Order: sequence, then C-alpha cells, then structure tokens
Amino acid sequence: MADLKLTDVAKVYGGGVEVLKNINLDIKEGELIVFVGPSGCGKSTLLRMIAGLENISGGTLEIGGQVVNDIPPAQRGIAMVFQSYALYPHMTVRDNMSFALKIAKKSAEEIDAAVNKAAKILQLEPYLDRLPKALSGGQRQRVAIGRAIVRDPQVYLFDEPLSNLDAALRVATRIEIAQLKEAMPESTMIYVTHDQVEAMTLASRIVVLANKGIAQVGTPLELYERPENEFVAQFIGSPAMNLLAGEIVGTGAQTTVKLATGGTAISAVPTSTADMGLKVNIGVRPEDMVPCEDCDAIYTGKVDILEALGEVTLLYFEKNGAADPVIGKLPGIHADMRGQTVSLRAVPEKVQIFHNGKSLYYR
Amino acid sequence: MSPALQGLITIFIGVGGCLAYFYGSNIFLDKVLFPAKGIHAGRNINRANMVRPWLFLMPALLALGLYLAYPVVETFRLSLSERLPGGASQYVGFDNYRRMFAEDKFWEAMRNNLLWLLIVPAAATALGLLVAQLTDRIKWGSFAKSLIFMPMAISFVGAAVIFKLIYDARPADQNQIGILNALWLQFDGGFGSVLILRVLPALMFAGFAAVVGYAAYLVGRPIVKPAAHVVEGIALKLLRVVGAVLLSWVAVLSALNVIDSATLAMPYGEQQTWLTIPFWNNFFLMVVLIWIQTGFAMVILSAALRGIPEDTIEAAIIDGANPFQIFFKIKVPQIMNTIVVVWTTITIVVLKVFDIVFAMTNGQWETQVLANYMYDKLFRSNDWGVGSASAMIIMLLVTPILVWNVYNARKEMR
Repeated sequence: MADLKLTDVAKVYGGGVEVLKNINLDIKEGELIVFVGPSGCGKSTLLRMIAGLENISGGTLEIGGQVVNDIPPAQRGIAMVFQSYALYPHMTVRDNMSFALKIAKKSAEEIDAAVNKAAKILQLEPYLDRLPKALSGGQRQRVAIGRAIVRDPQVYLFDEPLSNLDAALRVATRIEIAQLKEAMPESTMIYVTHDQVEAMTLASRIVVLANKGIAQVGTPLELYERPENEFVAQFIGSPAMNLLAGEIVGTGAQTTVKLATGGTAISAVPTSTADMGLKVNIGVRPEDMVPCEDCDAIYTGKVDILEALGEVTLLYFEKNGAADPVIGKLPGIHADMRGQTVSLRAVPEKVQIFHNGKSLYYR
Repeated sequence: MSPALQGLITIFIGVGGCLAYFYGSNIFLDKVLFPAKGIHAGRNINRANMVRPWLFLMPALLALGLYLAYPVVETFRLSLSERLPGGASQYVGFDNYRRMFAEDKFWEAMRNNLLWLLIVPAAATALGLLVAQLTDRIKWGSFAKSLIFMPMAISFVGAAVIFKLIYDARPADQNQIGILNALWLQFDGGFGSVLILRVLPALMFAGFAAVVGYAAYLVGRPIVKPAAHVVEGIALKLLRVVGAVLLSWVAVLSALNVIDSATLAMPYGEQQTWLTIPFWNNFFLMVVLIWIQTGFAMVILSAALRGIPEDTIEAAIIDGANPFQIFFKIKVPQIMNTIVVVWTTITIVVLKVFDIVFAMTNGQWETQVLANYMYDKLFRSNDWGVGSASAMIIMLLVTPILVWNVYNARKEMR
C-alpha cells in the first residue's frame, strides 16, 4: 500500500568492498517486483537494505514518500519472508504469527482477529496450536507468509521463499503466492529469486541485477523479447540466447548482418547508413532458430549433442573453436538429427543486434 | 626401583593387558567357542556376534560394578549397622538415621545445602549466560571469556585458599592483607559509605524484590485469568500456585531487607572476620564456587547462543522486538534445554560440595554441608553408621537431578 523510491542507493562493506552502486528504482503501489541476478550480485543485500537489516551506505530509500534510511525495520511498514522460514521454533503457529502484534501491544481481540484471518487465507487453521517442527516444509512457508500478513505491512519482502521446497511443492506454493497477490492487489511486494520461472510468472516487473548495478528493469516479456544488453539477453531464457559475431552490411528499416561463421542475418532493428561496417553481435533465441533447406541461413552446422526432452529437442552444434556452442530448440522429438548438418534461419523480428554489449534497438 | 620405571611398567601392563584381553577373548570366541566352520558355520557367526558386544563391555561393567554399584550396596548395609568393639558389626535397623535426624548439625547441613542449591546454580548459570551474551559480538570477547574460564582450571582447594586470603583479617594495628577488609576499612560512615553501603544495597534489594514480584505475577496470572487457547493440567496449575506463593514470599523478604539495609548499624572502621559471621559466611563460601562455575556455564551457553539461527533473530528485529525481548523471548527459549543441562550439572556439583567448606571453615560457624558432615562422621568420629546414612541422603538427593540432567542432555543431542 505504498510506493518505494530508491535514489542512488549504494552498499559498501567495512573493508571498502563495494557491492551495489547507483541503484535507482521506482516501485509503484501494488506492483510485484522480482529481483533476479547471478549469485553474489547483491540482490539479497538490496532486499535486506530495504528491510533495514543492512544499513544503506549511500543514497536514499523512500517508502510511501518518507525517507527511511535511519528508521528501524519494525517502523518501516515492511514484513519479510525468509528463505529458511525463520519461524520461532519454541512458539506455536499462533504465537509465531501473533508475536509482532504482541510486541506492538495490540489488544487480544485484535490479535485473534488478525491471526484467524491470515490462517483462513493460508488454510492454516488446523495447525494453529502446533509447533513448527510438526509441520511440513510447505506449511512452514505458509506460516512464514502468515506472519507477514498479520502485520498488514505496506511492503512485503520475499527472500527466495521457495528455494527450500521440493520441486512439486515449489510450483504449488508459487501459484499460492500469485493468488495471494491477486487477493491483495494494493499491496506492494518485492521478491528475490534466482529461479527464472518464478520471476517470469510472478513479476509485474523484473529487475535484473549485475555488476553492482541494475542491468534492466521491465516486464517479463520486455526482458524476453527486447533485452537491453547482452547480459540480460543471455540471463533470461533457457538455454541462453545465441550470440553470433558479425558486421553490418545493409542498413535501413531492416538491417543485414554478415556473420563471421558465414551466414547472413536480417534483423527488424532499424539502422542508419552511418552504421555501415559496424562490428556487432546478433542475438537469436534457440527457440527462434528454425531449420530450413536451401534458404538464407543464419547458421549452418553439424549437430554435436542432442537432448530430446519430449516436448522439445535441444540441438548443440559443433563449437568450431567458439566459446559456447550455437543451440537450437525445436518443438517435438527429433532424435535422428544427431550428426546431421542443419541450416537455421529466423524471422527478422526475432533477431537482436548488440554493439559493445548494448542493444541497437534502444539507441 | 625408580618411580618412573614403575610408571612405565604399569602403563605397559595396563595397555598390554587390555590388548591381550580383547585379542585373546575374541580369538577364543571365534576359534574355540563358536568356530566359523563346519555345518553350523552361519549359526556360529551369528551367535559370536551376539556375544561380542558383551565381551567389549565386560571390563567397564566389572569396574563399574566393583567401584560404583558395590560401594552403594555396602554403604547402604553399613548405614543399617553398627560396629562392635573387635571389628564385628550388628544390624540396628534405622537407628543410625534416627540418631542423625536428631542432630542439629545435620539439619544445619541440610539447610545450608538447600541454600547452596538455590543460589549457586542460579547465580552461576545467570552470570554465565550474561557473560556469554555480552561477549558474543565484541572483539576482545574471546579474551574476556578465557579470563572468566580460567578459574575452571583451579582446584576447589586452590580456589578456597585464594579466597581465604581475600577474606583474611589481621589485628587492627597491622596492614590488612585481605582485600575485602582493606576495602571495608575505607568506609568511615561518610557520604560515600551511605551511598555504597545503604543506598546501593537498598536499591538492589528493591530492584530484586520488583523483579521477583513481577515473576510471581507472571507465574500466577494464568490461574486468575487463563490465556486464550491454552489448556493447563491440574498439576501445572498447582505448580503455578506454589511457585507464585514462593516467589511472592521471596519478594516480601527482599523488600523487608530494604528497610534493614537502610537502618542497620554498621561497625565502621573495624576489621571483620568474614568467615565467622553466621549465615552470611555461607554466601562468602558460595562465591568461591560461583566464581569457578561461571566459566563452565559461560562456555556451554556461549556455544548454544552461537547455534541459534540468525534468521530467527532478524525476523524478531523486523517484528519490532527490542534487544531485551530478543534475548528473553527468542534466544533464551531456544537454548532452554542447554540452560537446564548446565543448571542441573552445577546443581550436582553443589550437592557434592566438600573441598571448599573443608578448606575454608571445616563446617564451623554454621557453615556445615552434607558432604563435609559425612566426612566428619566417617573419618573423624569414626562413626561409620551415621556417616554412611548421610552418604545415602546425599545420593537420594543427587539421583533425581542426575536423571533429569541425563534426560535433558539426551533430548538436546537429538
């Protein structure tokens, strides 16, 4: 029920180690923002800074229009759900959920009402008088979420809440969180994860963190279809986007790139005549690579490794000295393609062009 | 023969004997008793494996039986008999116990042991917990901890000698070498004396009374106004009534001490022989054991505090708990099992306390405790009957605490 504004936020640890710098972010009320990034990129640190568990070394953090840099966590109007649940092991589910309200000296009726309401939403009513150790992982996670709900915070913070659950439970709990968000459309949520599926399915906007800063902020599909830079292009999507080096040979509404590996790519990204001869990388997602015969192929190569997953088949082409193989992702089963030489093309709308790591689309 | 050579031979015989026993007995089991060949090879192997654990346990069981179980039985027998001139003994039933119960000195020892039991484990555990928490996050914490742990390395007798020097009193015209008297003689009844010896104790007693009174209120409140969703058994309710009454009584007593400490006449300028002041000298002796056991409690509790998941503390910070609430509502409950184990372990030490009393007062001036009383009867009065009877009493008192201690230690290990 509040918006957040981060201005030039930075984090420097005692020994002068800089973890984050120049973080500028506007989060609107009711958004579900997901922080993703490789391990060690500082996404959890940023969340803990918003929570108040880490101090902010530079810049300002505003919640609901108020600068909260020096305000203790409990008064920031936030609630946090931890990766390890962090339930108080000596308290029953009910006591876990009511602890914050008791500390805040709320009346017994008020506490009861809040706890019962949260327990109802999360289907925890039968377990209210149990200790955490008598609950399953999924139930514990729901208690942790319940503990956040009863405080009725302005901002919910989730720190990799699903990573301690097994695969099946993770999907179920992910859907529960999505439903929870739908039931509370005005509450703002910030969610840290390293799981792309969680990011793509839950987020209203994703923040990709890398190299101490923000690589790109956008809706999941913006990030998928129009990555601003090579890092985001390769980080979002699995397998990663193919990058092929080349040189611009034709400009205009459509751009023609002659590739070092021999093929030619046509991209819908417009360029001007000044770009003629520019060294670029083109990016094509594996699922956009379509096999063809006697066509203007982007890439032609021999299938080195083949992974048939049933719904799709992954083709890893011979590297020929490159660092990463070109990867194709074909729908259906094509178990017989190993060792064959295949030509691939892509429609111009699906071909990105990067110069010095940045997308030409965003110039 | 030189003692070093004797030692070497002992080691050789001891270790060699152990090796020979295990090797020989296993060979006998596998080759002679249940050989793993012939038509019963499979059955014999199974049987040999069932016997083998007992083979390994046997020396320990024999030693425990000889040095632990037999003395208990023999002590019990002695406590029921009386020695006759010439070495024979005669069964006298519970005469020894009756004689013992009629002695004032025995009840004095019981009272003092109860005092020790109430104060020393509580003080040592509380101080240990306090030190463990305070030294947790500071740079020189581990240095402070090693200093506080050091008394653990001193024997009880050694500690008693040190504290005898602290409590020492010299004639008035000589320099006081006891630090307590040296401090005491600084007080002359002026403003500083009033502040430190009247106002400060009064405040401490008042504070203690308030804390205990609040504890009594907390314990007793659920009887009058039960908390929602909690159903308490009749035993727990009874326990609450007893606890609340007991705590209120302690609170009233310490509140009365406020008046005492404000009005009591103080012998300023006179050196005190601290260990001869009846009743209070018990506390001077207890200080020695608290000094030693605080280090033990601190080490164990410090490790337990480190084991608390950091997440739960951060969650409590976000929930708005202040440092005191985090300590008492999040940290302490999570290490409660360890606290109980430390508490009961020190309790057992206290019930057996002997050396300190023996070396400092030898039970004079109303400081007798059970273990010293037993020693007195058994080895000075040569009264085996009463001595054994008091030993049985000590064992009866220790056993339930020991059982609880082992139960909690096991629970913690799981």
